[in-house]
Amino acid sequence: MKSLGSIRRSFAPWADPASKPFISFKNVTKKFGDFTAVDDLSLNIYTREFFALLGASGCGKSTLLRMLAGFEQPTSGEIILDGQNLAGIPPYRRPVNMMFQSYALFPHMTVESNIAFGLKQDGMPKADIAERVAQMLKLVKLEKFAKRKPHQLSGGQRQRVALARSLAKRPKVLLLDEPLGALDKKLREETQFELMDLQQQLGLTFVIVTHDQEEAMTMADRIAVMSYGKVIQVATPAEIYEAPNSRFVADFIGDVNIFDGTVATAEDGRVRVETAGGVPIRMASSEKLSTGARAAVAIRPEKIRVTRQAPQHAPLNAAEGEIWDIGYLGDMTVFHIRLKDGKVVKASSLNAVRAVEDPLGYDQQVWVSFGEDAGVVLKD
Amino acid sequence: MARIASAIASRLVIIVPYAWLLFFFLIPFFIVFRISLSQTAIAMPPYTPVFDLAGGLSGILEGMREFSVDNYVWLTEDVLYFNAYVSSLFIAAVSTFLTFLIGYPIAYGMAQAPRSIRPTLLMLVILPFWTSFLIRVYAWIAILKPEGLLNQFLITIGVIDQPLIILNTNWAIYIGIVYSYLPFMVLPIYSALEKMDHTLTEAAQDLGCTPITAFWRVTFPLSLAGVVAGCLLVFIPAVGEFVIPDLLGGSETLMIGKTLWNEFNSNRDWPVSSAVATILLLILVLPIVYFQNVQAKADSEGR
Repeated sequence: MKSLGSIRRSFAPWADPASKPFISFKNVTKKFGDFTAVDDLSLNIYTREFFALLGASGCGKSTLLRMLAGFEQPTSGEIILDGQNLAGIPPYRRPVNMMFQSYALFPHMTVESNIAFGLKQDGMPKADIAERVAQMLKLVKLEKFAKRKPHQLSGGQRQRVALARSLAKRPKVLLLDEPLGALDKKLREETQFELMDLQQQLGLTFVIVTHDQEEAMTMADRIAVMSYGKVIQVATPAEIYEAPNSRFVADFIGDVNIFDGTVATAEDGRVRVETAGGVPIRMASSEKLSTGARAAVAIRPEKIRVTRQAPQHAPLNAAEGEIWDIGYLGDMTVFHIRLKDGKVVKASSLNAVRAVEDPLGYDQQVWVSFGEDAGVVLKD
Repeated sequence: MARIASAIASRLVIIVPYAWLLFFFLIPFFIVFRISLSQTAIAMPPYTPVFDLAGGLSGILEGMREFSVDNYVWLTEDVLYFNAYVSSLFIAAVSTFLTFLIGYPIAYGMAQAPRSIRPTLLMLVILPFWTSFLIRVYAWIAILKPEGLLNQFLITIGVIDQPLIILNTNWAIYIGIVYSYLPFMVLPIYSALEKMDHTLTEAAQDLGCTPITAFWRVTFPLSLAGVVAGCLLVFIPAVGEFVIPDLLGGSETLMIGKTLWNEFNSNRDWPVSSAVATILLLILVLPIVYFQNVQAKADSEGR
C-alpha cells in the first residue's frame, strides 16, 4: 500500500495483519452460461466496516451481493461469513439481511407489518415484536406512518421502511443494493449521512452496492472498484482518489487529466516523463519504473493551477494554452484549457473570494502548471 | 371549434359502453322483468297483457293495471324452485372450488415459466375455445359413459373390474364445468401472478421464509384479486349453466338453468320462466354489488 502520511484513520482493521476478516470471498467465480459475472475474486470485509462495491452496471457487484445473500450460488470458490462457510445455506438461514434496490415492500401489508415480517417469521413473542417495531419506526422517524400501506408513502419514506425492515432482525451484515438510487439528489445526500450515523450507532457491518462514486466516497470506509467481474482496487476513498493503482481507477473515480508518455529517468523517488504533447513532467513516485517504459501521469483538475504568467519552474510541469471553456459552478469554476498540441486539460479552482468578474476569460492565453506531488505515475 | 369537437369525441367514447349496457343488458332485462309480471295466455306471444302502441299512453297504463306478482308468489309456493336455486348454487360453488384447485397451480406454473415460452402456454390454455363448446361437452359423454374411453382404460389397466357410473351424475357435471371454465380461472390468476414483482419473494426469503411460507405469506395474498376475479368468472355462469347439466347430468340433477328451460319450452310458461330468470339475476348481482362496495370502502379507508 502506498503511504499517504497525512491520512490518519482511527478505524483500519484491514491494515492490521492480526485482525480476522468477517466476510471472506475466496477465489469466487460465478458464471451465467457463457457469461462470467464474477471472475476468481477474493475479498475481505471486516466487522463494523462500511464497505462499498463500486462499478459500472454489469461489473458483477450485484451478483457478488446476491451470492452473499444466498440468491445465487458461486460456480466455484467459497464465501466465509463469521467463520462459517455459506455454501449450501439457503437465504432464509443466513444471518444477513438485504435492502433491495426496488425496496420490495409487501404492498398488501402496512408499514408496521412489513417491519414485523421477519420477526413474526422467527416466532418472536408478540410483545417483543411490538417493541422492536416501535424501536425501528423511531430509528427511521416514521412513527406516524405505522398504519399506512407502502403505496401511500413517498419514495423517501418507502426507502426508510425498507431500511427498518432489513434492520429489524438485527442481522450481522446488512446488504444494501443501490439503496439510494431512486431518491432525488438532495434527499440522497441527507440519507447518506443518516445511513453512516445509523451504521455507527448499531455497530453493524454494511456492504453496499452502488454505481455512484460520490455515494461510495461519502459513506464507505473502503471501496472495491470493480470491472468485468474483477476487483481492480480495494482501498479507502482517499487512497482510491489520490493514489489510484491503475488508469481505470483514476479515470473511473472523479475527473482526471492523463498525460501519456515514456519514462526518461527514474531515481530517488522521482520520475521524469516525456509526454506525447511535449510537456516534460517530473513527479514524485515510488513506482519502480525503467527508462524508456511507457507510463501515464494522472493529475486531478483541482491540482492544476491556471495562471496568466509562466510559473518559475516552466517549462517543467507547465504548458501554455488558451481557455476553451469555462464552467462556473458557484463554489468553483472549471476551466477547459486547450494546449498547443490540441490536448484539452481540465482545471478547477475554488472560488474562495467573492468576485463577479472573473479575471480569466474565454480565449485568454494562460499557463497550466502543477507541483511534483500533484499527480500519480501509472504503469501502462 | 376543435375544442368542442374533442369534447364531443370524448363524450362519444364514454357513451359506447353505456349504450352497450343499455341496449344489451338493461332493455332486455326490463323486457324479461315485464313479462315476469304478466299472465300466461294461449296466444301469440303467450302472455297478457300485450301493449299496443296504437292505444297510446292510456292504453299502456291500462295494460299495466293487469301486472301482478303472482308468478313470484308461485315460485315460493313450489319447493322445486327453491331446491333448484340451492342445488345450482351448491354445484356452482363446488365446481368453482375444484376449478380453483386445478387452475391455480396451472397459472402459477405459467407465471414461473421462462418468459420465452409463456405466450405458447397462454395459447394452449385458450386453444380449446377453437372448438365448439357443444362438441367438447358431447366429447365428454363419449369419455365418461359406462363403455367410454375412461372406463375402458381403467378396466384395461386393472384398476376396476366394473365400469364406473359417472355419466348422468353430479360428478359428470363437476367434470364438465371444471373443464369448460378452467381458462376463466387460469387467466386472471396468471395475470395477477405474472405482474407480481419477483423480488418480493426474495425479500420474504431474505427475512426468513422458506419458499413455501413465502408463497403463503406474500405470493398468495397478492394474487387474491385474480383469484376472486377467476372465481366470479366461473361461479356466475356455472349457476345458470344449462348445457352441461342437460347433457352430462342425470334426471335427478336439479339446476335452475334446466328448470328455466323446462318452464320456457315444455310448459311454454314465459311469465314464470321470466320470474325465475329475474330472481337468478338478483341472487347473483346483489352479493357482487355488496362485495364491491365493501372492497371500495376498505380501499378508501386505507388511504
